[in-house]
Amino acid sequence: MYLKSLSLLNFKNYEQVDIPLSEKINCFVGENGVGKTNILDAIHYLSLCKSSMNPVDTQNILHERDFMVIQGIFVRKEKEENIFCSVRHQKKKQFKRNGKEYDRLSEHIGLLPLVMISPNDTELINGGSEERRRFINGVIAQYDNLYLENLIQYNRALSQRNKLLKDFNASGRFPPDLLEVWDEQLIRYGIPVHEARTKFIERMIPVFREYYQMVSGGKEQVSLKYHSQLNSRDFPSGIRKSLEKDRVLQYSTFGIHKDDLDMQLEDYPLKKVGSQGQQKTYLVALKLAEFEFIRQTMTIPPILLLDDIFDKFDEFRVKQIIKLVAENNFGQIFITDTNENRLFDILKEIPADHLVYKIGPEGEIKELKN
Amino acid sequence: MKNNYSSRLLEEAIDEFSKLPGIGKKSALRLVLYLLKQDRKEVEQFGNTILRIKKEIIQCEKCHNISDTRLCPICSDPYRDQQLVCVVESIRDVISIENTQQYHGLYHVLGGIISPMDGIGPSDLTIHSLEERVRQEDIKEIILALSTTMEGDTTNFYIYKKLHQYPVKITTLARGVAIGDDLEYADEVTLGRSILNRTRFEDTFHTNQ
Repeated sequence: MYLKSLSLLNFKNYEQVDIPLSEKINCFVGENGVGKTNILDAIHYLSLCKSSMNPVDTQNILHERDFMVIQGIFVRKEKEENIFCSVRHQKKKQFKRNGKEYDRLSEHIGLLPLVMISPNDTELINGGSEERRRFINGVIAQYDNLYLENLIQYNRALSQRNKLLKDFNASGRFPPDLLEVWDEQLIRYGIPVHEARTKFIERMIPVFREYYQMVSGGKEQVSLKYHSQLNSRDFPSGIRKSLEKDRVLQYSTFGIHKDDLDMQLEDYPLKKVGSQGQQKTYLVALKLAEFEFIRQTMTIPPILLLDDIFDKFDEFRVKQIIKLVAENNFGQIFITDTNENRLFDILKEIPADHLVYKIGPEGEIKELKN
Repeated sequence: MKNNYSSRLLEEAIDEFSKLPGIGKKSALRLVLYLLKQDRKEVEQFGNTILRIKKEIIQCEKCHNISDTRLCPICSDPYRDQQLVCVVESIRDVISIENTQQYHGLYHVLGGIISPMDGIGPSDLTIHSLEERVRQEDIKEIILALSTTMEGDTTNFYIYKKLHQYPVKITTLARGVAIGDDLEYADEVTLGRSILNRTRFEDTFHTNQ
């Protein structure tokens, strides 16, 4: 599966561009702020129906324009897929596959799997547990459609239950049968989510460890643990036990919405003991493991977006990452970098077809030949 | 939009019409001007009908459907199966099921579904009166026919919890692939659930008479 060409209209800093792409490696070089990442973000849109950075769709429209369009022609299972996305102020986001609009965006997610490695990934380490759940959800949702549906329903039941707890507190009345029906819903949708997460992490850990060893040169031990209240207590008894606490705090304290990932280096929290380089290596290994996991589960290599990842890495780690990418069955790759020379050095190491584009200060894109 | 109407009454009428759902100022003006052109008799009838729907239409005291009489025509129809009650959210659902011409039992209109975020709890619905009916009437089966949303499901749960102590069978609408659908185009969630909740093939040909 690969993206054959990309067209943008009023997307972020691009007024109008059409970019033909290589089936293998595509690079975008240029100074900071010229819009390299925006190109990757457009591809992110086509695959996952949203920006990787700005959740407000209309804020991705070029200033003072009414609408934006992102269009891509993919080749999937030897068939062309024309994916069209448009956002207009005060209108619903439109998503079409070969001219036919989707009823639900969740139907599109997973059709064109994608993994992005970017500097924002540090949020996984420094951000709240919500960031790590979002990461897990993003991966599983790509290959398991029921997962996303269960999660949406779970969150809805959770909002209803929390509202009820607040209402109880305001009214001073506490009919337990009313709360119980929402508990049932949380249990019903929460259990399959917990199972899917457990399975996913279990299968990903060995790949992740292997990748970390390769990139780092095998110096430290890393671990990744799925932390969930459901690991030690089943849902029905857990939710019953937390009832008093929930009443006092007026929100639900037990469930998969409290899940987290423990990221550790030599048995200590990575956030505290990891150097910048170690943290970055951890994240790259994690994302590459995600890639491998999706590739195996969906039997199709996802598109890989590498946003500015070579910066801050020493030469050894850069070489190791490249080796990994070149040796494994990676599909189509998009790379951004500020350093032209480094990029060409890297490309020399990879025996694959590639295209390099230079983005100028005004967002003009031209092909570079080495 | 600043309006300078030549008549205060006209303006008032437009204000009233534009309170209706789906009617804006412009449509309201069109409707009012249309009524002005009609015979006086026609307009009187129109006005009276509107007054009478509010004054005379009442809720059926048994099923809470709207009715002109204390018992609605469905509840008082001796040819309908009095032991079968279908629980629906609103009057519109009664009309939809009646249009299928496949159902010959009675109804019970809840008047909504449980949703704390919309401020609707069980006491805002006719669940208590449903329980009374189960206690007093000779009902054999309750069919839960609420929306297939989280809130609809939760309401189903709640009703089930209230009623399962009585000797009444509680069923719910089948959920699955729509008739005439190509599997290829069926939405994946529905299809996934249909696979999980598959039915015995023998059971499918009794229902398709």
